[in-house]
Amino acid sequence: MRFRLWCLVGGVAFATMPQAHAQSASMNLPKQVEAGSAFSIQTSGSGKAALFIVGFGQVLRRDIQLGEAASFAAGDLHNAGHYFVALVGASGTDNGAFDVTPAAQVASLSFLAKPSRLPVSLHDGISGAVYVFDAYQNLITKPMPVTFQLSGTSGAVETRTAQAREGRAWVQMDSAAKEGAAQFAARVGDISNTRIIQQVPGDPCSLRMSARPSGQKIELQTDPLRDCSGNAVPDGTIVTFTEAYDGRQTTVDVPLKRGIAQAELPAYNGAKISAATGVVLGNEIRWGSNK
Amino acid sequence: MRKLTRVICSVFALTLPLGASQPTVRVEPGDLQGPRALNDQTREGVVRDYLQAWQSVSAALQQNRPELLDRDFVGTAKDKLTDTIHDQVTTGISTRYLDRSHDLQIVFYSPEGLSVQLVDNVEYEVQVLDHGKLQTTQTAHARYVVVMTPAEVRWRVRLFQGVSE
Repeated sequence: MRFRLWCLVGGVAFATMPQAHAQSASMNLPKQVEAGSAFSIQTSGSGKAALFIVGFGQVLRRDIQLGEAASFAAGDLHNAGHYFVALVGASGTDNGAFDVTPAAQVASLSFLAKPSRLPVSLHDGISGAVYVFDAYQNLITKPMPVTFQLSGTSGAVETRTAQAREGRAWVQMDSAAKEGAAQFAARVGDISNTRIIQQVPGDPCSLRMSARPSGQKIELQTDPLRDCSGNAVPDGTIVTFTEAYDGRQTTVDVPLKRGIAQAELPAYNGAKISAATGVVLGNEIRWGSNK
Repeated sequence: MRKLTRVICSVFALTLPLGASQPTVRVEPGDLQGPRALNDQTREGVVRDYLQAWQSVSAALQQNRPELLDRDFVGTAKDKLTDTIHDQVTTGISTRYLDRSHDLQIVFYSPEGLSVQLVDNVEYEVQVLDHGKLQTTQTAHARYVVVMTPAEVRWRVRLFQGVSE
């Protein structure tokens, strides 16, 4: 019991001891310091002391003479954040704190763009998010306009401006009607960051085939396949030809070559032939006298 | 014996302000910016991983061991904290951080799902030790802006910055 009481009294005395002598060494702190800028801390008192500036971003320690100013050169303290300051002299300690704010000048943008490849004419298909940084990789949290620009192969440029809040801005944009590589750029002042987005044709808009006899076979051929914006559907897209005759069904899957699909099926009088690709159904042909 | 008692008492006094108590945590529903909805599971994961990141950074700065940051920090945040630990080693300093309370708000979930931004009004305590000797204990209320990005199995802190209120 006596031991505990001694500990408690000792602990309290230890914890309050620096405050009892806090007037001996004192300092005058700035309220804020811009990241990377020079600043000084004026001290008063006499004798030697150690000055500690401590934060998650940086830690500085200086041995100083009380009564003089501790000067910090440009770049000494460059990480934004909240900093504790302690001036520890032989006769006491003075505590304080200040904030280091990001530099005003934008130096880089972290740009997240998605996707890297998408179909044409997709509403809100392209998204971009930007984080704004100064030269020391501090997030600049003061509001500022961020311009997003999407420029495609056709020369058309779509521009949106968003206000950055807490250092970030975002946008959603439609993909262009014309296929090809588009430049997706984010810009603040003179600083920009660009991503390339490949806009590819969408699904076929319609499917039309024609048929002609070839001995005991029927030669089937589609018209060139295009999406709803008129872009050629890429080779390799599968077209399925189906022939139904006498309760039986024959199916052939054919990839597009040079924009068209071709197939041969047995020629049966009265056969019903159809074509489809993805969710698009083409015309139907009844082979025979009314082909 | 008396000397030993004094040492025990000094340790007691040193550790008294920085107990092992859990911080109080309040997560505000807030005004989430961005077109992407944040489901409850993601929200809980982000908050859990962020609070664990505080434990990691506290341990790393107390023990001056940058490898303790690996699980919870990445990118700029990890680089800067690692540099801070090197500063501490160079100057003979170690710091003990204890988060007392967090008032959290998730303010942004980016459209592509690759980043989450939080604002944390946090109360925390720091002890500064110079070559093992306690120099000061201070408490702060500060506002932190945090950006977290998804890793394999958790969210990691990519940006961790105190901002002026």
